[in-house]
Amino acid sequence: MTRLSVNKTYKLYINGQFPRSESGRSYPVTDAKGDFLANASWASRKDARDAVKAARAAFPDWSGRTAYNRSQVIYRIAEVLESRRGQFEDEIRSQEGAAASLARKAVDAAIDRLVWYAGWSDKLPQVLGGANPVAGPYFNQSTPEPSGVIAVIAPKGPLLGLVSVIAPVITSGNTCVAIASEPHPLSAITLGEVMATSDLPAGVVNLLTGPQHEIAPWLASHMDVNGIDLTGVRDADLAISLEQAAAENLKRVRRSGVEDLFSAPDLDRMTTYLEIKTVWHPMGL
Amino acid sequence: MSSLTNSAHLGEVTNSQSALRNFLHGLPGVDQVGADQRAAALGTRSIKTSAKAQALDLAISMVDLTTLEGSDTPGKVQALATKAMHPDPADPTCPKAAAVCVYSDMVAHAKERLGTSGVKVASVATAFPSGRAKLEIKLADTATAVEAGADEIDMVIDRGAFLAGRYLQVYDEIVSVKQACGKAHLKVIFETGELQTYDNVRRASWLAMIAGADFIKTSTGKVAPAATLPVTLVMLEAVRDFHLATGSMVGVKPAGGIRSAKDAIKYLVMVNEVVGQQWLTPDWFRFGASTLLNDLLMQRTKLKTGHYSGPDYFTLD
Amino acid sequence: MTPSKDVARTAAAFEYAPAPESNSIATIRPHVGLFIDGDFRDGSGRAFKTINPATEEVLSEVSEATEVDIDRAVKAARAAQRRWARLTGAERSKFLFRLARIIQERAREIAVLESIDNGKPIKESRDVDIPTAAAHFFYYAGWADKLEYSGHGPTPRPIGVCAAVIPWNFPFLMLAWKIAPALATGNTVVLKPAETTPLTALLFAEICQQADLPPGVVNIVTGAAATGAELVSHPGIDKIAFTGSTVVGRQIAKSVAGTDKSVTLELGGKAANIVFDDAPIDQAIEGIINGIFFNQGHVCCAGSRLLVQESVFEEVIDRLKRRMAILRVGDPLDKNTDIGAINSKSQLDKITELTESGLAEGADSWSPECTLPAKGYWFAPTVFTGVSQANRIAREEIFGPVLSVLTFRTPKEAVEKANNTPYGLSAGVWTEKGSRSLWMASQLRAGVVWSNTFNRFDPASPFGGYKESGYGREGGRHGLTAYLAPTHFTTSGSR
Repeated sequence: MTRLSVNKTYKLYINGQFPRSESGRSYPVTDAKGDFLANASWASRKDARDAVKAARAAFPDWSGRTAYNRSQVIYRIAEVLESRRGQFEDEIRSQEGAAASLARKAVDAAIDRLVWYAGWSDKLPQVLGGANPVAGPYFNQSTPEPSGVIAVIAPKGPLLGLVSVIAPVITSGNTCVAIASEPHPLSAITLGEVMATSDLPAGVVNLLTGPQHEIAPWLASHMDVNGIDLTGVRDADLAISLEQAAAENLKRVRRSGVEDLFSAPDLDRMTTYLEIKTVWHPMGL
Repeated sequence: MSSLTNSAHLGEVTNSQSALRNFLHGLPGVDQVGADQRAAALGTRSIKTSAKAQALDLAISMVDLTTLEGSDTPGKVQALATKAMHPDPADPTCPKAAAVCVYSDMVAHAKERLGTSGVKVASVATAFPSGRAKLEIKLADTATAVEAGADEIDMVIDRGAFLAGRYLQVYDEIVSVKQACGKAHLKVIFETGELQTYDNVRRASWLAMIAGADFIKTSTGKVAPAATLPVTLVMLEAVRDFHLATGSMVGVKPAGGIRSAKDAIKYLVMVNEVVGQQWLTPDWFRFGASTLLNDLLMQRTKLKTGHYSGPDYFTLD
Repeated sequence: MTPSKDVARTAAAFEYAPAPESNSIATIRPHVGLFIDGDFRDGSGRAFKTINPATEEVLSEVSEATEVDIDRAVKAARAAQRRWARLTGAERSKFLFRLARIIQERAREIAVLESIDNGKPIKESRDVDIPTAAAHFFYYAGWADKLEYSGHGPTPRPIGVCAAVIPWNFPFLMLAWKIAPALATGNTVVLKPAETTPLTALLFAEICQQADLPPGVVNIVTGAAATGAELVSHPGIDKIAFTGSTVVGRQIAKSVAGTDKSVTLELGGKAANIVFDDAPIDQAIEGIINGIFFNQGHVCCAGSRLLVQESVFEEVIDRLKRRMAILRVGDPLDKNTDIGAINSKSQLDKITELTESGLAEGADSWSPECTLPAKGYWFAPTVFTGVSQANRIAREEIFGPVLSVLTFRTPKEAVEKANNTPYGLSAGVWTEKGSRSLWMASQLRAGVVWSNTFNRFDPASPFGGYKESGYGREGGRHGLTAYLAPTHFTTSGSR
């Protein structure tokens, strides 16, 4: 008699914990051939609200940490991810039907991307800030600061897409609420497990799974969200309505667009969610 | 900062060196850049026509016509005294200068010429300009001037003691000199060019006012920079705050480096806007200057005649 | 020490005689057209009048640009852009230097015209607006041939045709903030000045002619809100730079949804000016005065919320009132005027309405005695005490010479109150303690923090807001970002 396996329940990742959706609903996730893999949580408006609340609560501490510390925490995520890479490769293969080599390549890229962004947290102020030579007796300096709580709509794909949109947001000190790829949500929650065991403070990253068109509007219109990344939105009408909703409190918006996730990233995913603060102080005796 | 509005404890702050230090260092700081900007902004006021005529006459009446040279002689001093009484001999409506300012050994010569004209005799004293002498010598210097008939004594503080933090010593010296002055008014010179910071200028101002100074004065004229608009601003603010705290008025005298009528008018604007019109008399504001007077006279003539004048039309004394 | 009787003299009041700047230096034509493709031409809309807010006299009749005019201007800018971007950076640089020099040469004329059309004191247009505008052109002139060193990649590219929509509070300076970086980076511009202050922008058009700037590189279209909306929604526009109200900024952000247009928005503010008990008090008072009464308070970064540490509240208020009492309100062209005219009737109505709400909500208002001119739009400098965070005058942008005072007890409380607003443009901190000053600066959610100073502007210093004060930065190296093609798909960014 074969042993009955213990299947994992994929829940949400909010405030460092793994709650079930407030909706009590789930949706079936299938593999590339259409066979049932697991149920994923169907996040609701209230889950989105709770996630924003958690992200906001986490913001002062996370943005107030030293850049060195944020850098180490993100590097730690890469370490833990590396140690659990087998599981991610399996998930990618089953969700996408990808070949082993492609799954390996995707996990490699995700880990390397985390490492790349980890190193940015203490470089950004030097690269993007600096002293300004004003025509007067003032010490004048500009520094980038995180915008706040960022909503991220992750592109398709189980892992690399999600890492590519979350890491640039949090390395500078933002906190985020991410909606995982609707067809490939399982690795997102596994990534949440990695984050939960990587010294990442609760609430810095919050992961929701479920239908984009249902959850995203609540984030786009949420007045306590400071920016939104529409990368994963493929429906043009939805993208327009989200951008319009985001205008209500002048969120920093990154529009949707297709990009090659394997190519080297630029700074723009970070700079979109940075504010430049300029401080003046007189210099006198 | 709240200490300023509370005059009740002013008497106690000189009980000890530490109490005095605590008081002076508890005064609000002065941001140099901001003070400079405020002074510069006041300097952009445009004083025209009737206001300019008023300002020029006022400035003339505030001049302490000064000669403080090793080469001073009775003749030079008496010529200066004559000039102070009749700055523009051709125009009897021209006001007199406020005073002539000389070394103590020249007081009698000045006094003799000025008589009852109303023009005062001011004498520098206390080992002017350095202030480096024993207290007895400073007091003797003061007594000499007072006995010779000086109406006003311009003393220098011991900047060495001040910069070393021996505030009580500076205070005691001012108190002693004030006593030696008798009826003569006491002006206390800080030599702000040596104090360097506006924080020091503010502290010195309060120190001198608590010690009984009738006037506080920027400079000896022997050290650069001498009077500047922002230094005078800081002193005027101290005078204003002292008045608010105690009800007593103290005069201010910028000295040295003020050469043009245009500059003098900037000072009057500053007095007007910082401490108010009450101070706009020679009793409460003076200019320590020599060449300034002729420029004031030239501008005055220009205003009256409508054409520019030249230096040859005004006496060199 | 009181002087003895015989020397006591009575001080006479020192009243400054009027010192008006001559307005004859500014030539105001009775009718001005639109500036499109290097020439002035009449607009196809209904011409409108611009008035002197200090006298209510009509100054000039200005054309209104409608759809066809906008289309013509955008097409001219498009045609010019290809040639303009193809010039070497060094050549563009020299054009900008030339513009800067002409602005300096004609500074007095521009300043007088600005004060007449806007109502601001001549000392401000003369000493701040116009010199800073010239400095902006100088600063960005130098970037034009050095863009590859600006941190925007090895081959920075212009975006294309920029729509610039600017407000009435600093008409000429805001024009410089928009046009100088746009031109330096190889873009061309269609600029719409505010309907109440079009004259200096049209004078700038003449300056462009005088500088032999190629036709179409700068186009000026005049009109009101409808003209602005027409301009930003024109499909030929690649980039929008807007300075103005948060309400309009929000509309623009909505209107570009689904397009490729990039946007920078410099919007409203409700800045906290925070005074600690160890502040350099005299400079702090000047900073408060400058923070709220500079330019009649028509300043998006105005220090309109004064937060005073409770322990020095009374002292600060007493000193502030004494200082306010000597502010000189009146003729903008008088060189001694500190506070000029309110820019328009509608703005005056808005200020009046908000101050009335402050009184209705129980706050105490104080203004010094001052005689306001009979004609024109005027508002006496006003301070409200007894204000709570919940009052409208503590939350809404008044955009006038009205200060709301609140108190705090600890640095943390000051930060909480300062940040408790949807805006985030600027803030002021007054303390002599360096470490506290830096800590405060790090905690305040605002794009510009002035420590022991206020309302300082410099072309080398980036300016712009957090939150609903907008996005993007103007000034400095950061000001180039908005005018260089983004590598990806963002509407804004702080590179």
